[in-house]
Amino acid sequence: MSNEANERRIVEAVLGRPLDRRDFLRLTGYAGATAGLGAFLAACQPSGGTPAPTATTGPAATAGATATAVPTGRAIKIGYVSPTTGPLAGFGEADEYILAGANAAFAGGVDIGGTLHPIQILAKDSQSDPNRAAEVAGDLILQDGIDLMLVASTPETTNPVSDQAEANQVPCISTVAPWQPYFFGRQKDPANPVPFEWTYHFFWGLEDIIAVFLDMWSQVDTNKQVGGLFPNDGDGNAWGDPVLGFPPPLAAAGYTIHDPGRYENLSSDFSAQIGAFKTASAEIVTGVPIPPDFTTFWNQAKQQGFTPKIASIGKALLFPASVEALGTNGEGDALSSEVWWSPSHPFSSSLTGQTAKDLADGYTAATSKQWTQPIGFGHALFELASDVLKRTTDIENKATIRDALKVTVLDTIVGRVDWTGGVPFPNISKTPLVGGQWGRGTTFPYDLVIVSNKDHPEIPKAGQLRPIGG
Amino acid sequence: MEWVNAVIQGTLLGGLYALLATGLSLAFGVMRLVNLAHGDLNILAAYLALVVVTATGANPLVGLVAVVPVMMVIGFLLQRVLLNFALGGGVLPPVLVTFGIAVVVQNVLLDVFSADSQGLDAGPLENASVTLTDQISVGFFPLLTLLVAVGVLLGLQFVVSRTQLGRALRATSDDTEAARIVGIDHRRLYSIAMAISLGTVAVAGVFLGIRTTFGPSDGPQRLIFAFESVIIGGLGSLWGTLVGGVALGVAQAVGNQVNPAYQALAGHLLFLAVLAFRPSGLFARRTARQV
Repeated sequence: MSNEANERRIVEAVLGRPLDRRDFLRLTGYAGATAGLGAFLAACQPSGGTPAPTATTGPAATAGATATAVPTGRAIKIGYVSPTTGPLAGFGEADEYILAGANAAFAGGVDIGGTLHPIQILAKDSQSDPNRAAEVAGDLILQDGIDLMLVASTPETTNPVSDQAEANQVPCISTVAPWQPYFFGRQKDPANPVPFEWTYHFFWGLEDIIAVFLDMWSQVDTNKQVGGLFPNDGDGNAWGDPVLGFPPPLAAAGYTIHDPGRYENLSSDFSAQIGAFKTASAEIVTGVPIPPDFTTFWNQAKQQGFTPKIASIGKALLFPASVEALGTNGEGDALSSEVWWSPSHPFSSSLTGQTAKDLADGYTAATSKQWTQPIGFGHALFELASDVLKRTTDIENKATIRDALKVTVLDTIVGRVDWTGGVPFPNISKTPLVGGQWGRGTTFPYDLVIVSNKDHPEIPKAGQLRPIGG
Repeated sequence: MEWVNAVIQGTLLGGLYALLATGLSLAFGVMRLVNLAHGDLNILAAYLALVVVTATGANPLVGLVAVVPVMMVIGFLLQRVLLNFALGGGVLPPVLVTFGIAVVVQNVLLDVFSADSQGLDAGPLENASVTLTDQISVGFFPLLTLLVAVGVLLGLQFVVSRTQLGRALRATSDDTEAARIVGIDHRRLYSIAMAISLGTVAVAGVFLGIRTTFGPSDGPQRLIFAFESVIIGGLGSLWGTLVGGVALGVAQAVGNQVNPAYQALAGHLLFLAVLAFRPSGLFARRTARQV
């Protein structure tokens, strides 16, 4: 929002110093206050650009408002569960920013069937623990009486929360977990899957990441020998599965995968894997290790003289911080990873009108940190919440919320979310996945450049995959 | 040849485990204190090194000059104002207090440094190695880790066996009451022991941070290997800790060579075997009551 930029400039002028993260959160954290301030400042500034969202007063200040003639209903409660502490905390790191944006967008309330309802977001931390996630979800449903559940980041969070929502008949939207562990992981009998009634998911699947990696590898001349680094966790077992995982499609494309076996997370020694990859003279490494394990592996590989041409790694290379942590002498250069969302995705928010770039830049402005992929998906959850609530016919009846959710077709900041198609399953909507490579950056040490967009040409490609050290 | 390599890499890895376990062993030897916050303090040291490196641009190994004294002061104060009050009332209170410290350290780190994984960069040293055969290379950094572990243990051995402080430590460890009768202030001594313990933790934290990346919640998992090294080597025995660390490292590397799934398992099995057949550890008989 350009208004926010204005406000920011004015507040900075008042303070006599640039806004820091703390200030930003203090300001945006209390949406009502910000909106009030926005209105006040807008009044002081006749040429203040677009008058819209911030000029509408927040629910707290509705009494003093003159604008709205719509009747005001009860507060709608949205529950939001994500991991903000514990090993998965990287995924929840942008939550404060996402929630501040959502609160600001909801500050004027949401019009549901002609009644203006204020929105209250109740955010809970899963502490990276599935049991805790289920517990806070239960509290949100039974004690707080939420109307709609949102949940993000890894099957360890989405699955227990979705199960709670399903059991208690509360509509639930989830994201940031490949759809297979979400959908099959929650089935009693995965061989005969039954669609869910109340819980809906949007993200990509294993078949997409395989397609993306294969496309990236085809851009560099290699001997097609691939080393696999699959840990003994949900992701590693899914990726390495000899029937449903990487091996069959790779073999079909002419690649040979060398998989020494599942290892435990936080391993301290990868000499056996490195030895096996060297023996196979692998020129490509792939897998889904956690960040510390990839660092240990990569350092040891260099010590042992193993130098692959391509390293396409899921999970460990997702966040710029993990790539930087590999070292400051370009150790992270030319490593590649999957990209679910980036500032160059040609999508914009249905809630705030921001483009992907606006949203990412806003995060950097607010926190001085580089954008990360969960930002777009976190924001999209609230876009969907707003869209679903607006189309709900009777807010007091959860089944009507669910019915509205079921027929959602919305162009969000992560692409189109559409639950009417039923492909691959009725509860799943797939979002586009492309491939990216880390290269030396301008503002930050590394930038993620999109190098593969085979299935999604609408997302612009900025280069070809470079071999490591080449 | 892979097996030779596995043993070599495992031995080198054992250096890191021994460094990690030394402080734990010392605290147990002197105070009979099971420090559950050991792993988290180790991560805290890595973060302190990160702060020093970011502020000065120095090599993290040079940063040890600052990190070790700071951690020693933290250890001294922790013992003085907190742990000393928990000792003497049975086994449970100090365990609970250190558990509390672990939780506090994790959350403070998360709050201050966020959940981003961080690493310490020691420059070209990190990836340099000497190639012995086509299959075997010895990394300089893992070798340095092992040598430093031996160095730290030699230093501690010297302090414990040759100095006035060491005599007091041994006396207190053997019989606290008797030591008090002859005028040793055991509480002050405990604080000093904790300071030394955290000094070694600081070294371990920096080496860990260079070897891999770390996050605020990594501490407990690091603690497990430190514990196993101490148990395998013998509770409270310094050289036993080195042997324990190396034995654990070799077991893991050899297990990994058999199948990557057996890496952690092989270490745990060795640990269980020691507990079953030699519960006081490999080196406990001669040195059980020593520091």
